[in-house]
Amino acid sequence: MSQTVVVDIVRIAVILGMFLGCVAYLVWVERKLLGHIQIRVGPKRVGPYGLLQPIADFVKLVSKEDLTPPNAHRALFRLAPAIALVPAILSIAVIPFGGTIRVLGREMPIGIADINVGLLYVFAMSSMGVFGIALAGWSSNNKYSLMGGLRSSAQLISYEVSLGLSVLGVVLLAGTFSLREIVAAQHPIPFVALQPVGFLLFLMASSAEIARIPFDLPEAETELVAGFHTEYSSMKFAMFFVAEYANLVTVSAMAVTLFLGGWNGPFLPGPIWFALKTAAMLFLFIWVRGTLPRYRYDQLMRFGWKFLLPVALLNLLVTALIVALSGGEG
Amino acid sequence: MSEVRTEEMVLNMGPQHPSTHGVFRVELVTDGEIVTETRPHIGYLHRCFEKHAEHLQYTGIIPFTDRLDYLSGMNQNFGFVLAVEKLLGSEIPERAEYIRVIMAELNRIASHLMMIGHMGTDAGAITPVLYGFRDREYILDLFEEVSGARLLYNYYRVGGVIADLTPGFVEKTRKYLDYLERVLNEFDQLLSENKIFRGRTVGVGVLPPKVAVDYAVTGPNLRACGVNWDLRRDEPYSIYPRFKFDVVVGREGPGVVGDSWNRYWVRVQEIRESAKIVRQALDGLPEGDFIKAPKSIRPPKGSEVYHRTETPRGELGYYVISDGTPTPVRVKVRSPGFVHISAIPAFCTNMMVADLVMAMGTLDFVMGEVDR
Amino acid sequence: MLSDFLPIGILFLMAVAFAGIALAAPHLITRAHPTREKMLPYECGIDPVGDARGRFSVHYYVVAMMFIIFDVEVVFLYPWAVAFRQLRMVGLVEAAVFLAILLVGYVYLWRRGAFEWD
Repeated sequence: MSQTVVVDIVRIAVILGMFLGCVAYLVWVERKLLGHIQIRVGPKRVGPYGLLQPIADFVKLVSKEDLTPPNAHRALFRLAPAIALVPAILSIAVIPFGGTIRVLGREMPIGIADINVGLLYVFAMSSMGVFGIALAGWSSNNKYSLMGGLRSSAQLISYEVSLGLSVLGVVLLAGTFSLREIVAAQHPIPFVALQPVGFLLFLMASSAEIARIPFDLPEAETELVAGFHTEYSSMKFAMFFVAEYANLVTVSAMAVTLFLGGWNGPFLPGPIWFALKTAAMLFLFIWVRGTLPRYRYDQLMRFGWKFLLPVALLNLLVTALIVALSGGEG
Repeated sequence: MSEVRTEEMVLNMGPQHPSTHGVFRVELVTDGEIVTETRPHIGYLHRCFEKHAEHLQYTGIIPFTDRLDYLSGMNQNFGFVLAVEKLLGSEIPERAEYIRVIMAELNRIASHLMMIGHMGTDAGAITPVLYGFRDREYILDLFEEVSGARLLYNYYRVGGVIADLTPGFVEKTRKYLDYLERVLNEFDQLLSENKIFRGRTVGVGVLPPKVAVDYAVTGPNLRACGVNWDLRRDEPYSIYPRFKFDVVVGREGPGVVGDSWNRYWVRVQEIRESAKIVRQALDGLPEGDFIKAPKSIRPPKGSEVYHRTETPRGELGYYVISDGTPTPVRVKVRSPGFVHISAIPAFCTNMMVADLVMAMGTLDFVMGEVDR
Repeated sequence: MLSDFLPIGILFLMAVAFAGIALAAPHLITRAHPTREKMLPYECGIDPVGDARGRFSVHYYVVAMMFIIFDVEVVFLYPWAVAFRQLRMVGLVEAAVFLAILLVGYVYLWRRGAFEWD
């Protein structure tokens, strides 16, 4: 038993370390890509090709003054970044990165945990993030923060409904919540082929969930300066930042798991396929950020409630009808 | 039972705010996301231009005019030297006239490119502004060639311009104008035809023509309201009557006349029109002197003049009074940005904060000329 | 079954530890030098007028209520989706009835302008 736990701890620490490393370098990749989209070169000063930039950023942020505004609600102000960060990290727990691997004579699935309600767990964790943002906005006692916090809360909960509905088609086809089994169900054909509408809905709803352009209203800097984290400095700011990029990675990984066949793929080992597909998704998100303007708040709400929600419901019903008529074989 | 209402929140936008385009402050009274009242405050960039001018000789004032609207220094120079020449009644060489128009129009293109790019930023698109910078860069290179400066040119002189065009300037400019046409199509794809961008600008911040005229709004902002008025055509100065160009006026569809969309669109089209003027001027560019400097710049005692020109931002007027010395008694600037800011409370109410940003951004004021 | 969740527990402890260290680290490395201006809430360089914690627009609450209604709907649909292969047509009809009832509420909200913001 104790040996299992030690193996678990090591395995989880390795995965967590890799995940945080990915998140840190995602910032570099995004800056570099955006740079090239915008005919700039992006970071290049720190290390070759600016590769040490994330480390330099970290050193800078950690050595900054950590201020708590006197009028803020102190406890909540300090707790909010942690509430944003912890669920963001936790949601990677159930994502399967690959098939199984033999370590110390035991077959182990590549991933942290394999639970039968994996999908529900991811949504539970991702909806926790809104608390961090709402509390940060309210506790700062700053008008921009408050408006940013309110907007974010309203936006995140509005799109969560559509997000939940958009993946139901996949659940219907796979008949399970376990992400591992969902991936297994996509062995010959990834679900994106059977659920193209669901995939697009998922992309739109999840961009709104992680507040990416064109739905990045919580941080609409031209209106609200920095939105809910206006008052945050030093590592507290960094934690929001890490949470944001961690969510971006998680969403990309979820899109791969649910729609793009997960680690399935010919020739290459599973985890490599998984990494490649996730990287492609991340590229898509960054590309969109370099291209589109931002919705206005009321347009965002209207889009979510009047377009996304009905289409998601319709998609679900049509899928159910087809499944029922075709004798349940997908 | 008294009605429970949302408490109105007084919100400051500026002076240190990403979207006030300089150190401009506007006080907003907001109810939720809706702005119910706006109160602009100016003066953060006051540099006593007019007082300085009373202690400088005429030529010494020219570099100060560059700093009024630092995005279109050539146009600011232009207006001032025209005013002084009107006082003196002096003639200037043909070639100088052409060079002046070429520079002013190129600067108009550069200024509008910046405005278009920044509108993208206001709408949340982070890329167009850098494309705007890229395309403006070529113009700045051209300016650097002829004047030695990239931003504050100090190029116009009473009687002409300080230096002749460099060899190759004409060809380079022609090449640039060809390139610009392609680039404008790129902007159209990136912004003008983008559904989200249209959603953010169409019908937003509608400035009714009557309000615009009452507040003396000028330039592209006035034309976007459907008022057909351009000083280059209606009160011609320099050699503008020789050139063929259209005055672009705001139109219905996809936008509403007077909205942010039209203010954007008018500027995009004006770039095309300016390019036309530059082409014609390059074709007709005569040989000859580029300056015929007067022996001394001492306008007659008691003479005064108000001369207005069309800058990228609107009507720029210089009111100059002379007492017969080489130093003016008074120089008053009528800057378009100042007037436009005063119109903000008149039409920027009952809109969302995001719309206010768009509406203010499309007015395209530069605080340097507002505060002077 | 419960042991499946053990790795998640370990990850949770690690995440909390990471967050805790991140919160504490700046205090160990640097020291805050507060001044009056630095500690003011940021309002573009102007001393803030009034408090940020006023009553805010009721519309945000409406959105929250809509969320509760529709998210519960989604939660009901989740087990239905998993069990759909057993339920088949019966399940489809049941879900259709359930959604039809919700549709009434949805149409009501739409017509009352709950999705608009003015």
